[in-house]
Amino acid sequence: MWIYEKKLEYPISIKRSNPKLAKIIIEQYGGPDGELAASMRYLSQKFTMVTPEARALLNDIGTEELAHLEMIGAMVTQLTQNATRKEIMDAGLDPNYVNHGLAIYPQSAAGIPWTASYIQSKGDPVSDLYEDMAAEEKARSTYEYLIDLMDDPDVIEPLRFLREREIVHTQRFGEALRYVKEYFDSKRMFY
Amino acid sequence: MNRKELLEKISRLDFLATDLHLYLDTHPHDKDIIEKYNIIVNEANQFRRKYEENFGPLCSYRSPSDPNEWTWKDDPFPWSAEFAKNPCNCKEGVR
Ligand SMILES: [Fe+2]
Repeated sequence: MWIYEKKLEYPISIKRSNPKLAKIIIEQYGGPDGELAASMRYLSQKFTMVTPEARALLNDIGTEELAHLEMIGAMVTQLTQNATRKEIMDAGLDPNYVNHGLAIYPQSAAGIPWTASYIQSKGDPVSDLYEDMAAEEKARSTYEYLIDLMDDPDVIEPLRFLREREIVHTQRFGEALRYVKEYFDSKRMFY
Repeated sequence: MNRKELLEKISRLDFLATDLHLYLDTHPHDKDIIEKYNIIVNEANQFRRKYEENFGPLCSYRSPSDPNEWTWKDDPFPWSAEFAKNPCNCKEGVR
């Protein structure tokens, strides 16, 4: 089970509302390489993962991704706080507003609703870990593209933090993959 | 320490614990890091207790409540911009 803790993994305190930035940051909430996809991917794969190291890692990174999901939700919330009609229209947030108001909805920046087809849970430990490493790299690229488009340090700092976490996760998944490969090699011994 | 300073301290320690936890998943025999991990977790728990005594529960199901009042619903949730500020709209100093 999970225990909720009333704090963010990294603080979000955005002074200036900016719906334009919110519109693109939602990509990491419900986009193909976003945090919801990341947590669902790892927390689904963990049930059939082999080796204690890889199993624990999927569980623990999947948990951290939930904390990242909350950070992104907090950023979008704060960036749209008290947004005026004009700001919403100028940011192109009106198609979103007409469906969701200023609610957080798991979708990409282009407005495509989140779908489980973004993730794979293959039951093959090697395939799953390669998928996970690719997912972390794709998330890193997305954070870099996001940072390119930002102009507010209150937004850039947490995005940098999240980008760095993707790099650490890739590294850890690579180490887990080594354990899994050794595990399969040891099972293929012939005497 | 005021609420903001305490929160920052806990967040820093918890982040270290999170990162070392992942590291230990794939380096389970690194005793030096296990030792560091234990020190950090203990220290974070001490600050967490201090925070909770003064500013209300942090964790669902794990933190005891003020016996007279269910403050969980009123204490700010962390997605509001006020949460990271000090003072915030929480009932600081009341408990
Ligand atoms: Fe990640």
